[in-house]
Parts: sequence; C-alpha cells; structure tokens
Amino acid sequence: MIIPIISAVLIALGLLFFIGGAVGILRFPDFYTRMHAAGKGDTMSMFTILLGLAVYQLQDPTPAHILVALKILLIALFIMMTSPTSTHALIKAGFMEGIKMWRRKDRKEKS
Amino acid sequence: MYRIAIFLLLFGIWIIFSGQFDAFHLAMGLISALFITLISSSFLFLDRDRSAGQCLGEIIRIPGYLIWIIYKIFQANIHILKLALTPGDLKGVESSLVKIRTNLKTDFGRYVLANSITLTPGTITVQIEGDELLVHSISDETEAGLRDGTMERRIAEVFERGKE
Repeated sequence: MIIPIISAVLIALGLLFFIGGAVGILRFPDFYTRMHAAGKGDTMSMFTILLGLAVYQLQDPTPAHILVALKILLIALFIMMTSPTSTHALIKAGFMEGIKMWRRKDRKEKS
Repeated sequence: MYRIAIFLLLFGIWIIFSGQFDAFHLAMGLISALFITLISSSFLFLDRDRSAGQCLGEIIRIPGYLIWIIYKIFQANIHILKLALTPGDLKGVESSLVKIRTNLKTDFGRYVLANSITLTPGTITVQIEGDELLVHSISDETEAGLRDGTMERRIAEVFERGKE
C-alpha cells in the first residue's frame, strides 16, 4: 500500500519539474538561460519519474521485477551522464558563435 | 587485475539486461564478456598506476558523493522552478559568465566537477582551459553557490585523496 503512494509522489514531483522546465523555456530571456531550463529541468524530472517507476516495480519483489527496476535505474544513470554533456555542447556552440547574452538594462557591471 | 574487474562489470551488465538465468544464456554472456575483455580491455581505465586499495576506497566513497549531488540538484531545481513561475518580469534572473579556478589535479576530477556544475540547474560549464572553468550562471544565488567551492572540496575528497 505504501509503495504505490511513494511512486505516485515521485512521478508527480517529476511532472512538476517538467512544467517548470517548459514554462522556463517559454519565459526566459535568451538562448543561454533557456538552455538552463531545457537541459536541467528534464534531467531531474526524468530521474524522479524513473525512480518512481522503479519503486513501483518493487511492489512485488520477484527476480524479474527487480531486474526491471535495475534496468530503469541504469537508464537514469545514462541520462545523468549524457544530458549534461549535450547541454554543454550546445551552450559551447552558442558561445563560440558569439550569441549575445541578455542583460538587465539597469544592471551594474561587476568588476 | 583490471581485466577481471572489466570482465565482472560486463558480465553483470549482461545479466541485468538479459534477465535469463538458464545455462544457455549465461554461457553466451560468459563467452561474449570474455571476448570483449580480451579485445578491448586495454582501452578502459587508462590510469592504471593506482593500487587496488585506492580504487576500492574511491568506489566506496562515490555513493556518498552521488547522494549529496542529487540533493544539490533537487535544491537547485526548486530554485529554477521558482524563477520560472514567478510572475512579473523575471526578477531573479541575473545571468552572468563566471570564471572560476580549480585546484583539482586529475583530468577525471575536472571532468566530474564540470559535469556536476552542468547537472546542477542554474549553472552550465561553457569551457575548460587549463585550470580555469568558464561557467554561465542564471542568478545571483547560483553564482554564490558556485564561488564558495563546496563542490570542489567534495570532489577532491572523493577522487584525489592522498595525491597532493
């Protein structure tokens, strides 16, 4: 009884982070800040959703279900390795292209 | 020594992915893991001048770091969520490029640092040149977190203990 609740909470949390990422892509001012919303909100929400699914598998802990849970965790691990790499590649490409950074108009320059 | 570790790693992954425990599938896994180990073990884990004890200590300390970084990612995600959902003209967003120096010596330590910075929402590593990292940060708060260097100290503790 407790396991479905835990997994539901984790999945709901992941969906909340996904919403944050999507809204961020639409609202943030420039390419770089949008990459923050796009690349990172996804990593965390994917991780919590997958964790929720893995926990749900453990409801009935036979070897087959444990294997499925392990596979799900491996997917999460791969996403956590590849997602920062692709975010970094995109942002470096943008940086080398010389895309201008957004700045607040009344912002004081820091030394 | 390294070959045995690689073989065990490959065979473990085979078991997880195949999910079959009969003799035929296990034998297939054994043969293919052995074959892969024979032809490609010299490409993996190139830094081989460490003792077994050092490697083992590293493996034991990694989960602690993982749990800490996941907690950090969680915190920072909530911060981004707040930024994205604040109505008005995006008050908290103060994007800036920050240069930070790192004291990490090994390539792997720097790789972990750069990836951890990119994983934590609000900060993305743009470039590494020598011991200088160019980081894009989205708000003043994430910038402050970047500058205080806790992450670097943690990584040094896990991966570079006894290498000073």
